[in-house]
Amino acid sequence: MNLESFLLMRSEIGLLAIILFLLIFELFSNQKQKAAVIPLALFLLAINTLIGFLPLTEGELFGGMFKTNALLVLFKTTLSFGVLILLLQSADWLKEKIVAENKATEFIILLLSSLLGAFYMISAGDFLMFYIGLELTTLPVAALVAYETYKRKSAEAGIKYILSSALASGTSIFGISLLYATTGTLFFDAFAEVITISNLSILGFILFFSGLAFKISLAPFHFWTADVYEGAPINVASYLSVISKGAAVVILMIVLFTAFKTLMPIWEKIIYIVAIATMFVGNLFALRQQNLKRFLAYSSIAQAGFILLGLLSADQLGSATVVYFVAVYIFSNLGAFGVVQAISSASNKENIDDYEGLYRTNPYLSLLMMLALFSLAGIPPLAGFFGKFFLYAAAASKGYYVLVFIGVVNATISLYYYLLVVRAMFLRKNPDAIPYFKSKIYMKLGLLIAAAGILILGLYSPFYEYIFSISNSF
Amino acid sequence: MDILSLFVIVPILTVLALIFAKNLKQARIVSLIGMAIQFAMAINLIFAYIKERAVNTDIMVFTKDVLWFGTFNIHYSIGVDAISVVMIALTAIVVLAGVFISWQIDDLPKEFFVSLITLSAGVFGFFISTDLFTMFVFYEIAVIPMYLLIGIWGSGPKENSAMKLTLMLMGASALLSVGIFGIYFNSNADGGPLTFNIFEIAQVHIPVAAQNIFFPLVFIGFAVIGALFPFHTWSPSGHASAPTAVSMLHAGVLMKLGGYGVFRIAMYLLPLGALSWTNFFLILSAIGVIYGAFGAIMQKDLKYVNAYASVSHLSLVLFALLMLNKTAWTGAIIQSLSHGLLTALFFALIGMVYGRTHTREIAKLGGIMKILPFIGAVYVITGLAYLGLPGFSGFVAEMNIFVGAFEHPDMFHRIITIVVISSIVVTSVYILRMVGKIMMGPLADETYKDLPKATWFEKVGLVLLMIPVLFIGTMPLGLSEMIKASIQPFLERLL
Repeated sequence: MNLESFLLMRSEIGLLAIILFLLIFELFSNQKQKAAVIPLALFLLAINTLIGFLPLTEGELFGGMFKTNALLVLFKTTLSFGVLILLLQSADWLKEKIVAENKATEFIILLLSSLLGAFYMISAGDFLMFYIGLELTTLPVAALVAYETYKRKSAEAGIKYILSSALASGTSIFGISLLYATTGTLFFDAFAEVITISNLSILGFILFFSGLAFKISLAPFHFWTADVYEGAPINVASYLSVISKGAAVVILMIVLFTAFKTLMPIWEKIIYIVAIATMFVGNLFALRQQNLKRFLAYSSIAQAGFILLGLLSADQLGSATVVYFVAVYIFSNLGAFGVVQAISSASNKENIDDYEGLYRTNPYLSLLMMLALFSLAGIPPLAGFFGKFFLYAAAASKGYYVLVFIGVVNATISLYYYLLVVRAMFLRKNPDAIPYFKSKIYMKLGLLIAAAGILILGLYSPFYEYIFSISNSF
Repeated sequence: MDILSLFVIVPILTVLALIFAKNLKQARIVSLIGMAIQFAMAINLIFAYIKERAVNTDIMVFTKDVLWFGTFNIHYSIGVDAISVVMIALTAIVVLAGVFISWQIDDLPKEFFVSLITLSAGVFGFFISTDLFTMFVFYEIAVIPMYLLIGIWGSGPKENSAMKLTLMLMGASALLSVGIFGIYFNSNADGGPLTFNIFEIAQVHIPVAAQNIFFPLVFIGFAVIGALFPFHTWSPSGHASAPTAVSMLHAGVLMKLGGYGVFRIAMYLLPLGALSWTNFFLILSAIGVIYGAFGAIMQKDLKYVNAYASVSHLSLVLFALLMLNKTAWTGAIIQSLSHGLLTALFFALIGMVYGRTHTREIAKLGGIMKILPFIGAVYVITGLAYLGLPGFSGFVAEMNIFVGAFEHPDMFHRIITIVVISSIVVTSVYILRMVGKIMMGPLADETYKDLPKATWFEKVGLVLLMIPVLFIGTMPLGLSEMIKASIQPFLERLL
């Protein structure tokens, strides 16, 4: 092992360097310079994201604990890009509210630490690395959820999140220990060769799966989602719904397709049932939500249910569509959350009713919101349509027509509640509509990138083709 | 740039140009220019098609094929036969007339034209596609702007109507997507690659069990937008709430997507499934014809009358398609055309009357002819054409359909045909009663005396729609020969 092989971890090392640099910056900067941390962090993260586009060889480190390949690099870059958009969208909020409390640097450091955890989690080659990554993703977010300390709901959400995620991690590691007991190894590759279908291994798998299902907020492990999203600052809710969920989905996919390949007859059934339950729970609960954060929480639960459809085809098609859909979903959801963030910081309003007549006062924000919601609903020619269509195709390719049918029925249900927001913004006239306001440059940039992603990712087919071509890695 | 892709590109460019429009005047001029170009291209396409057909015997002409998603073998592949050509011409006419009819839309004019033209881009794209995926994409693009069009510029219970319409149509397209997957994943039944291309799939022998499962999904998926009973309920409320131009476009063009899809996809790709399900759907469509006709009799609101009449006439299209022979199919295509033009005329006229009198209730109208002679005369002509008077397009269509239906000698078809034919009588009742009440007779209200006469843009819109009605009615032979030649390869799949 030489130093060059550490280059395989370049995204992680780069991120770590940024975190440390920001820490030192915080120590040595005076009160006036504190606000400079925002452009600084954005700049550094942008560079680190760009580095991710450089070509990289496949390989593993630490005897197989850490693995990387083209697909993972691409996905890490996507996550990093997502966090970049997220930071752009929250820059104004940080500047106006958080810098004054002297907590801006910590916010960014915690956010990036969690991202670092996500990187290690998806690069894991064994259960130990996976677990460390999972914890590192979760713990900083718990602090972030409770970040608006002056709000009681935020603190409550923090407690809810940390308690339930501790339980989930505990369940997960209990499952891992049972699996270790049956196979005697923690490495995914070796594990896949020795594992057989037995009662103990099934129990171990189910416990392990529950922990991850909590992160992805699959039914019946979704109860924390709406409350935490509602209490958390909007950008943290956004982070939970896109980055943290996206990373968990990808590692679930990797583990299912590699380590648990032998258990496919078992997990197929579990995924099948959980997918149906998650889609229905998410969609039916979203119907009656008034608060947009809760609304997006249930919508993101439903989206997680759709993603599971792709897992059922355990082949190249499946992994390509899942990664593609998650990427598309990141952009769409960031678009929606970005608008909620912009409006909330301008007017403190977060309910669907408050959006009535928005188009006539803030046409661009309304248009972007409509694009994002239509993309989530899967309306062509937006990226979400292609993502969903390919997910259905992946499930249908293995003959799961009934599941696809249930999926499309759910997509129609989801269209109803997405249209409710569109109705409020476009159809209603309201003399007390939120007055026109100008978004600041960071926010504009963050929203524009999300909109561009929604428009281009689908219609421009080489994106999907590229993901497909590199997703034969396992 | 090829002659067909322009039909999608011109609307997109028009929409982009509209973004820079500042007020109603600019918006309508931009839309008018765009749609006039589109109209000119459609006329040009008819002649180009006739010329090309003389030397080219392929099913589709002007074909073009560009790989889009290689993984799924999705192509942007286009081509037209006579049926698509006439549908494109119909769309171009109705959209152009729609722009004229919406000349004075006051609320958010730019957004109105953007939505209207986006919708038309979807429709044009649908008619030129020969790839299932591309077709499906265009279909959904055509449906979703309806929500905004009805919801923002509509009248009455517009929010609910818009929601109901959108959900039912998108639900139908959801069924359709399952059917499309069924076709796609069976398209390698003969050992070839998976494909979305309609004409490649037509060469494959999809197992009959799969055809029987997926035919009803695809059929219903398309037929909901063609107002198949009992999935027609979105149509009356949707049409009644929509603004005039949208009703025109929707009843005139969008609902034709249903029949076209049934013909092009369901029956062509799943012929064995079609044969086993025909009788079932035949009964549903017959119920639709009769139910729509009686429904129209009972209405008090002019738009509802026309909406139910549309249900009746479009069920007749499905009925004809299910007869599975050349005469009936020719009738179905001509009926689609004729109904598209006539219903657009009706909705335009109703819009004009409503815009002046501010009521659509039949009871409150009367003697309009005396005040508004131009509108009144066109109304009477449209009514007569609608009920199938010889000399107009409606007669040619219905004649073909019923002659075709009678070609089946068995008892079931005879009875159902006779039942359906009886709807002609009912149609005459509601059309004549409506025309008699609101156009003739004494003036219902003294204030109507000062109603303004038809403006130039209204007249242009009406005349634009009127010409092809007379043309088809008096010179149907060329058209039906052209259509018959294109039907042949599709029919052969079912024999």
